[in-house]
Formats: sequence, C-alpha cells, structure tokens
Amino acid sequence: MEKKIRVLMAKPGLDGHDRGAKVVARALRDAGMEVIYTGLRQTPVMIAEAALQEDVDVVGLSILSGAHLSLVPRVLEQLRERDMTDVPLIVGGIVPADDIPVLREMGVYEVFGPGTSTQDVVAAINRAMGM
Amino acid sequence: MDIAAAALAGDRRALSRLLSWVENGTVAGHAALAQLFPQTGEAHVVGITGAPGAGKSTLVNQLAREIRERGQKLAIVAVDPTSPYSGGALLGDRLRMRALSTDTGVFMRSMASRGDAGGMAHATRDVVSVLDAVGYPLILVETVGAGQSQVEVACMAHTVVLVEAPGMGDDIQALKAGLMEIADIIVVNKADKPEARQTVRALQSVRPGMRSEGHHRVSVREEKQVAAEVATGWEVPILQTSALENRGLEELLAALEAHRDFLKESGQWRARLQENARAEVESWLQRHLLALLADEVGEARLTAVVDTVRRRENDPASAAQELLAAILAAAGGAR
Repeated sequence: MEKKIRVLMAKPGLDGHDRGAKVVARALRDAGMEVIYTGLRQTPVMIAEAALQEDVDVVGLSILSGAHLSLVPRVLEQLRERDMTDVPLIVGGIVPADDIPVLREMGVYEVFGPGTSTQDVVAAINRAMGM
Repeated sequence: MDIAAAALAGDRRALSRLLSWVENGTVAGHAALAQLFPQTGEAHVVGITGAPGAGKSTLVNQLAREIRERGQKLAIVAVDPTSPYSGGALLGDRLRMRALSTDTGVFMRSMASRGDAGGMAHATRDVVSVLDAVGYPLILVETVGAGQSQVEVACMAHTVVLVEAPGMGDDIQALKAGLMEIADIIVVNKADKPEARQTVRALQSVRPGMRSEGHHRVSVREEKQVAAEVATGWEVPILQTSALENRGLEELLAALEAHRDFLKESGQWRARLQENARAEVESWLQRHLLALLADEVGEARLTAVVDTVRRRENDPASAAQELLAAILAAAGGAR
C-alpha cells in the first residue's frame, strides 16, 4: 500500500472552539491525507505522545486562546524529549503578527492566521514533506 | 541496532515507525516482520465490531481503563474508513481515549481502512503481529463501523465482541447471518437507555440457534470446518454495558478472560492459530500472484484481456485462466 501523509491535529490549552481545527482536518482529508484528530484540551504531553504512537509526519496545533507563546515551546519540548525533532509543527489560530517570527524562531514550520485558505495549509504540508 | 531489535527492546518510536512500515507494505517492513514473527502468537487478540455509532470507541476506552487498573499492558488498533474519493481519512478514535493518552502502558494506533477490505485485513494483521511480538499480552482491534457482512475481523481475532446499541432493529435483524454469527461475546451497549431490555430480549430469543452454531468465525472457505466444530460448547454471553453509568465492564473483562481460557482448554486456540496462519499464507500468496501478474504479464496484456471480457468475446473465468497460464509460462521460462 502506498504511503500516506499522516497529520496529528490537536487543540492545546483551554479554549473550547474547535471549528477551525475541524475545517482544516476535513480539508486535509480531502487532500488525501490521514488526519488523526485528538480534539480539545490536549496537554503538550498528550500531543507528543499521540504523535509518537501514531508516527505522524506533521503535527498541527490550533490555538485561539492567545497562549501560543507558552504552549508551543512546551509542545516542542515534549516532541524533542521523544526524539521527534524531525516532525514539523504547524500552528493555526489567532497569533499577533509580532509573535509569528518568535514562533518561527522556536522551530515552528509555519503559522497560519484567520482568513487562511485551507489550500495554503495543504500546500505547506506538502512542501514540508518535500512534495 | 536494527528497527525490529529496537522495538523489541522497548523503543516506542522504533515500534511506531515499524508499524508504519508494515502498514505501508514496505520491503524493510516485511524483513522486520519476518525477524519478529517467531515471537508472535502469545497475545490475546480481541476484535471489537458493530455498527457505526454503537459506541465501540467509548467501550474500548473504558475497557482499556479497567485493564490498566489491573496493571496489565495493552495495545489498541482502531480502524476508521478511508474516503473513497480523496483517499484521505479522518481518524477520530483518539477523541474518546483522553484518559489513557498519557499512559505509556497503552499503545494506541489509528489506521485508515485504505484500499479494499482484503488489503485492510492484511495490513491490520501485520500491525497486530508486530504489537504481539514486542510483548503486548492483549490487543484490542476496533473495526470500522461494520455492516452485516464485514466478518474479516474474525480472521485475525481470537475473540470477537459484537457491540449492539439499543433500538437498532428487531429480532429479525438478529437472525440474519453475518456479524451475529462471528460473535463470541455480544454486548448491548448504552444499557442506560430504556430500549436496552428489549434489545437484550430479542438477542436472547435467537441465542439458542447461536449456541448450537457456536462461536467461530464463518469464513466462507471454512464452512466445513465450522460444521465440524458445531458442538464447541461455548455459550455466547449477552452482556450489558453503559459508559454513562460505568457499568458492565468487569463482566465484559471476565467474559474475555473466560473465552480465552475456554479456547486454550478446548484446544481451539491452537485451531485458530492454524486457521489464521493459513489465512495469512493465502493472503500473501494472493499478493505474490498479483505481483507476478504485474511483472510477468504486464498491464497492457491485462487490459487487452479485460477488454475481451467487456466486449463479451470471453468470459471472466476463462480470461483469468488465460492470464494464469501466461504467468505460469513466464515463470517456467525464467526457471
């Protein structure tokens, strides 16, 4: 069987709005990817552990709460602890423009804000996969 | 250290990667599986099947919690459907596994059904074999929401649990062939609903028939064997569980253990291993034959033969014979 791109979609933190995450998950599915959807209120440990067990190629985080600067480093750290630094992390949600370079500096592959076309997300994942 | 050795030594990243390799059917995956295969055959493989929405994921999650409370490790393989249009999939079984998601005593893997049912069974079996080899004593395989005739799960599980939800059909549904016949344990889930008692009664009313045919899987191929095993002596229990009321899990776990012990004591565990081994070999043989067809005969000739069938110049069975003859001739020539 052919290899499929596997993506973990998770919402860390406490905000309860997962509509965006679901829209993106569906777009990725429609682009032929296998999306492991973990839902709301995931801790960094839960996210990294799921990424490990599912052997995903990409991790996508949806963060609307404004806590990205504290959540993202913790997720990256947990991924590092599991020797998964080769797995690109993509962040979507409400991120002020000034914070985007900060997240990039931490090692986030791409940051998407409101109004992003789902096709851009698909394209970024394909690019990350070297396709 | 190679990947199989690393997985055996408890490296979970290696295990996870290896599962992808075997799922994708890579050459390296086959090699690793060949290396691990002697260590398989110990795990109790439990298939959880039933209609979409019957509550399989939730039940699996609660069952896993109960098992963890007893200190036993386990693995979960959860299968969700692949979109026939895009080839993608949304795998949502982790949504219900929150409580276990940081417990390293549980290894959970989501799989998409991908191509055909046969290919699915193949990939799932290989994933289960790897988990078995690295020492998970219990493996729960949650199938895609199954209809009435998706019985492949029986070809890899020792124990098949059929999950029914109340109010999903009358006793005639229960009498129909298919899923009902492969069940070793029937669970009426969502037992907190008032219709549950009626469902249990409907199932009980048909159970005498089930008892005589017992508990094995009716893979069409093995109907004769099934007939020979008619008097197996396992009475299919009908249990009630409720995630809402956290009820019935101990009974379900006890039934799983009882069925495993029953299989071992009656010699059927060995019989199932034998059947599964045969199914695996046959499924590989099929793959090799198809690969041979692609290599030795080629797509162009295959298409030409298919065209003769479309034009009704040839019938499908004769066309297949012709292709088989071509494969044999090519293989003979190579020798």
